[in-house]
Amino acid sequence: MTENRINAHPILDIPRKETISFYWNKSKLVGKKNEMISSALFANNIKIFGHHHKDGSAQGIFCANGQCAKCTVIANGIPVKACMTAVKENMIVESVEGLPKLPDVDKKPKISNIEHINTDVLIIGGGPAGLSAAIQLDDHQINTILVDDKDKLGGKLVLQTHKFFGSVEDSHAGMRGMDIGGMLAQKIEESTSINVWKNSTALYVFDDKKVGILKDGVYKIVTPKVILNAAGAREKFLRFNGNSLPGVYGAGAFQTLVNRDLIKPTEKLFIIGGGNVGIIAGYHALQAGINVVGLCEALPECGGYKVHEDKLKRLGVPIYTSHSIVSANGKESVSSVTIAGIDKNFQVIEGTDKTFECDTILIAVGLESVSEFTEEARSAGIKVFSAGDASEIAEASSAMFNGKIAGLKVVQHFKPDTKEIPESWYEKADILKSHPGPVQKLEVPVNEKGIFPVIHCKQEIPCNPCSTICPEGSIQMQGDPIKGLPKFNGDCKGCMKCLTICPGLAITLVDYRKDKDNPMVFLPYEISNFEVKKGDDIALVDVDGNPLGTYTALGAKATKESNRTRIVRVRVPKEIAKKVVAFTIQGKEVTRELTEKIPHDHIQDDEVVCLCERVTAGEIRDLVRKGITDMNQIKAISRAGMGPCGYKTCENLMKQIFWAEKTARKDIVNNIRRPLYIEVPLGKFANGGQ
Amino acid sequence: MKKYDVIIIGAGSVGVPAALSLAKNKVKVLVIDALASPGQGQNKKAIGGIRATHSDKGKIFTSQRSIEIFSTWKEVHGDDIGWIQNGYSFPAYTDEDAKKLKDLMKIQKSFNLDIDWLTPEEYLKIVPGINKKNLGGATYSPKDGSASPLLTINAFYFKSLEYGAEYKFKEKVEAITISSDSDIKIKTDKDEYTAAKVINAAGNAAREMGQMIGLDFPVEPDSHEGAITEPVQRFFGPMIVDLRPSQDPATEDSANFYFYQNNEGQVIFCLTPKHLMKGTDSEATSVFLPQVAKRMVALFPKLANLKVRRTWRGQYPMTPDGFPIVGETKEFPNFINAIGMCGQGYMLGPGLGELLTRIVTCELTQDDIDVLKHFNLYRDFSGIEQFK
Repeated sequence: MTENRINAHPILDIPRKETISFYWNKSKLVGKKNEMISSALFANNIKIFGHHHKDGSAQGIFCANGQCAKCTVIANGIPVKACMTAVKENMIVESVEGLPKLPDVDKKPKISNIEHINTDVLIIGGGPAGLSAAIQLDDHQINTILVDDKDKLGGKLVLQTHKFFGSVEDSHAGMRGMDIGGMLAQKIEESTSINVWKNSTALYVFDDKKVGILKDGVYKIVTPKVILNAAGAREKFLRFNGNSLPGVYGAGAFQTLVNRDLIKPTEKLFIIGGGNVGIIAGYHALQAGINVVGLCEALPECGGYKVHEDKLKRLGVPIYTSHSIVSANGKESVSSVTIAGIDKNFQVIEGTDKTFECDTILIAVGLESVSEFTEEARSAGIKVFSAGDASEIAEASSAMFNGKIAGLKVVQHFKPDTKEIPESWYEKADILKSHPGPVQKLEVPVNEKGIFPVIHCKQEIPCNPCSTICPEGSIQMQGDPIKGLPKFNGDCKGCMKCLTICPGLAITLVDYRKDKDNPMVFLPYEISNFEVKKGDDIALVDVDGNPLGTYTALGAKATKESNRTRIVRVRVPKEIAKKVVAFTIQGKEVTRELTEKIPHDHIQDDEVVCLCERVTAGEIRDLVRKGITDMNQIKAISRAGMGPCGYKTCENLMKQIFWAEKTARKDIVNNIRRPLYIEVPLGKFANGGQ
Repeated sequence: MKKYDVIIIGAGSVGVPAALSLAKNKVKVLVIDALASPGQGQNKKAIGGIRATHSDKGKIFTSQRSIEIFSTWKEVHGDDIGWIQNGYSFPAYTDEDAKKLKDLMKIQKSFNLDIDWLTPEEYLKIVPGINKKNLGGATYSPKDGSASPLLTINAFYFKSLEYGAEYKFKEKVEAITISSDSDIKIKTDKDEYTAAKVINAAGNAAREMGQMIGLDFPVEPDSHEGAITEPVQRFFGPMIVDLRPSQDPATEDSANFYFYQNNEGQVIFCLTPKHLMKGTDSEATSVFLPQVAKRMVALFPKLANLKVRRTWRGQYPMTPDGFPIVGETKEFPNFINAIGMCGQGYMLGPGLGELLTRIVTCELTQDDIDVLKHFNLYRDFSGIEQFK
């Protein structure tokens, strides 16, 4: 029976779904109705979907987002992307071993004209930016088509189980991302002027000012007067030995499997990259009952928010800064990871390598804008705006706010007499996308009576829900009302609102009223794989995860107002009461370094640059050393970039090789991207369903 | 100022094999191109079909020599250029087309072209699954083939470097100073060069080069779009050229279309629009895919499930009659054209490279002289190429 499913989650509901039978390479398996083939296979512990025709390397999930083709399987005779194709009752799914065979067709082909549609505005992407822009357009009744390639609006918001940073007033801070997504989506679905096309992929903005869109499997040609690109971002990848093994993939893919499809894709996870994306993915893993073996970050400090990082540390996830991945080890899938310390030039320091057992390695080393629609529209001469990550990489809270601004700019384009966008909005947009400030010393209140919050927040980030929610007005932001550090000063009635809304889980309440020597401490908690109940011993830690001793929990419950966050009570000596922030849930045995040697055949030698066409870093390096500076020439010779994903992954990796080989940046000639970036069956262009 | 025997303008389908052949024959040659590396103009837009199945001695002879070079390249030089001898086929779905093709075959055979008429049954064996309705048979030229233009031009380029050819990339020719009895001076945006002879192999920019010396060459680019699919196991043999103009009112604006499965297993296809898109704009239009897909799927239903991976737009530098212009100019015998390839530069290139070498070294054969008559700049351009 199906095993790798998440059956309990502290935040997500586990819906009961009808089961179906399907076949995988002749064995009968059980899946859930309408789930993606990839998830059905993962649930059955099948993670290798085939072998590449070039070198027989094992293939599996990579983007889980329809952007590459690494997860291709044969479904009822036809090669499809497993991550974008729903499994059906009795579907025959087979692995792709080498080149697939094109099935015979006996039926007369369906041929009809493609429908052409005009619209004032086309919004590409129904995530935080696109939806926020659409709300503005709907307010002004501007005829708009919003396309999104998923069956649910919200973009990556729907995958975010954690509470959001940002400003309460401007970006719903304190709400969980998925709830914000649902709220924005509902507004748009109920709107009168926004025509929502779900399951619809924008393919290209053509030279004749028309946009090709595959709408629910039917090709349409849309002619918009204005395009708003809110297509988000794609993840960057890394070069290291074994980087193409199944089990190495991006944080986005991971969140999709876990938080959308409720699949437990891994038992033991290692994360590369200490930005918010990597850290949050680690937190989501813990919420889903997955062990997180560790996280490494190449810089001396994590780039993500300190409160996020601390949250992970406190739960027992070691964070290795100034460390980089050396290799993913394993023959056909990941069995361990080797990392090593690096110096300030990012060179590995001899003798510092550490190996950990894990079955999955998440790559979360940054995002880049999906800017191509903007460039195409410009080249075709269509008025174009962009918002969210498609315009500049930042948090979703920022995407919502600048989506709203972009939406109003589009409104102004059609209705020039609309009121000006206030200058203060742009300033606020800058604050929302600002990077975290330096870590400051924690100011602990000296008071030891009554009840009050202790705010363990020591880095300026755009986040203010605690100060907004306090009914006593006792938490004030120092300096900037969004970005400043919060400070408690005033009365506290012990309502717990600040504790439960803090996205960083960085506020505790200390209550001296009953026992001033052994005050009660209230801690926020939202992990399910480690259930805490009254009477359990818990290993308390301070803000940085340093142990403070083991104490007995006196209770752990969620309140109506706590929005699924549990509040754990524990009585501790006053000496540590204001230091306690959380308790560790992961034991040292999970995160222990491996001492035995990895067999040599378990270390892949090749750093793969182009995963689609299986081009290695060595091949590219040889061409660069021949003096080639034109990326188009490298493509012509090596085929790097000629695969299904169309340069999405290898472009950056190729550039890194140029830089490492000291090719002058001015000499490097960028590749020319050509459509389509997503493969579409020829028959779709021949039949408009009319 | 650096001095060369020959300067070639254009490192494309013709310029690079010409440089290869000249350098191999110890001619000191420089190639200048405005783009960053070989084949970045229209060469990389070529779909890679290589045929000697033309309708005149000029192109048949030139391509036959090209095919010898393509087909033996790996054997002789070691690097794989993706050559496969998959042949060319022209199926006939009307009596009229069958007659036209059979009549042409007589001329083609007279130039020793290996071509035959296949019955529908015979044709279905090499293209299983093609639409049988009204299929009257097909011509089949088994010696024709295909290769990767991308790999080929780089193989030629690196080999020519070994022979001593020199290249200047990212340099735009700005002025050509010429007189009939002294060396030609070429000024680029970066430098100046001089040579005894110049070969104009500038593709889309061929006319512009002529204007720099006060001559007008009738070459005008128009756009064609092409596309390539995902790779699958080999499921048909030859290049298929459907000569019929579109019958569908919605797609009537297209003439012939053609496609084949390359060495990687990918199907590459292209279509000839009826309404010419003149100029050198190379951004894809929304018209092409629906237009060509309807026709391909109707002709070969199995293709409907094959995923399109990438599409692009390139130009055919066209002459009025569809035949290239190759040879010396009357005004300046040291200025040699190899232009107006009409979309066939890739397949003609290697053969032309050797022919150009013989022009430079004054070693023309009688066949060469015959061939050059077909490519003469001073012809009246009133003929029409049957296989344009």
